[in-house]
Amino acid sequence: MGLISSTHSISRYHIEGKFEGSAAEEVRNHLIAYSIPKLESEFDALSAGWTPFESPYNPDFDKFSIQFGTFFAFSLRIDKKSIPVRLVQKYMAIEIEKKMEKSGREFISKNEKTEIKEMVMDLLMHKIPAVPSVYEVLWNYEEQNLYLFTTQKAANELFETLFFKSFKLKPIRLFPYTLVETKSAFSNSDKDRIFSLAPLKYTR
Amino acid sequence: MLDIATAYNKYTFLGNDFLTWIWFSIETQTDFSALLGSKDVISLEIGNSIVLENKLGDKSKEKITIKGDEAGLEEGTTALKKGAWVTQINLNCKINEDEYKFTIKGESYNITGLKTPKTDLKKTGDEIEGLVLEKAFFCFRVFEIMDTLFLKYLGQRIADDWNHKGLQDIKNWIGSV
Repeated sequence: MGLISSTHSISRYHIEGKFEGSAAEEVRNHLIAYSIPKLESEFDALSAGWTPFESPYNPDFDKFSIQFGTFFAFSLRIDKKSIPVRLVQKYMAIEIEKKMEKSGREFISKNEKTEIKEMVMDLLMHKIPAVPSVYEVLWNYEEQNLYLFTTQKAANELFETLFFKSFKLKPIRLFPYTLVETKSAFSNSDKDRIFSLAPLKYTR
Repeated sequence: MLDIATAYNKYTFLGNDFLTWIWFSIETQTDFSALLGSKDVISLEIGNSIVLENKLGDKSKEKITIKGDEAGLEEGTTALKKGAWVTQINLNCKINEDEYKFTIKGESYNITGLKTPKTDLKKTGDEIEGLVLEKAFFCFRVFEIMDTLFLKYLGQRIADDWNHKGLQDIKNWIGSV
């Protein structure tokens, strides 16, 4: 559902504030500072960072441009490890069997089960590769508009957190209220009237 | 500005009321080009789905989903008569010869499943920048139209004659279908 696919799902943001220096330089530097690591961490269940628009799997901002016309274009990549429940069950059963054989007992305690589960989760977390998801971002800096090509709640939340952390500019999600507040030409008194409206009742 | 989460919940109805008005405007053959003050020929049609909600006392809600390319919308208008409101609508938008299809949700104003006109540019090499800019232009046209309509609608809602004219016209339409 990305920008150059055949269908798109898009959420929009108003970006509050501007940089003091050159926008192009600031954006580039902050993207580099918070780009996704080239090497996958064995221990993190989730990692997120920026990548060039044209190179989602090699976060090399020296090689690829972020300027597309009047936009900054880049991507948010979220790498997530998810361990299937049945895989945990399988390894748990194997380890419990081993433990019982070793101890000569026919049962194991609740604490031992918890320890085995932690050990199994650690083991699988090391083995399983993270699955990457890539969401494109188009930012019209001058107009303070940003378009994120996803409407998935988790991706939106991660984007908002990472964007603020990276650029120190607040992304305000556009929905009916914020659209009126940030993008309309209504006077303050008109805005007051809009914000005192109540839901309509169409029944007679 | 209000706290974002509070504002989101408090003004959910603005987006939903707007979608009901869009449906009414389509059914009553509103001239969208004139309404938008555009030189382009702009038309809107209901696409292949519409979702409505209705409160059923206490905190429970009834959800009515109508889906299908040629689906009749009678259940939807019946629901409106019972006090329901539109929460999501799939629209076909035509701007001159270009066709756009998308679903818009009232509370979040998210656009999903947006299909834009086809482009001949390739995803690789020198054409990538052109492709991105062309795709962006297509997407933004839809936002431009929906935002302008939304703000026009709000302008009507706060006008002095809204209760006798705008709201009454919607009630008359609901009563007539």
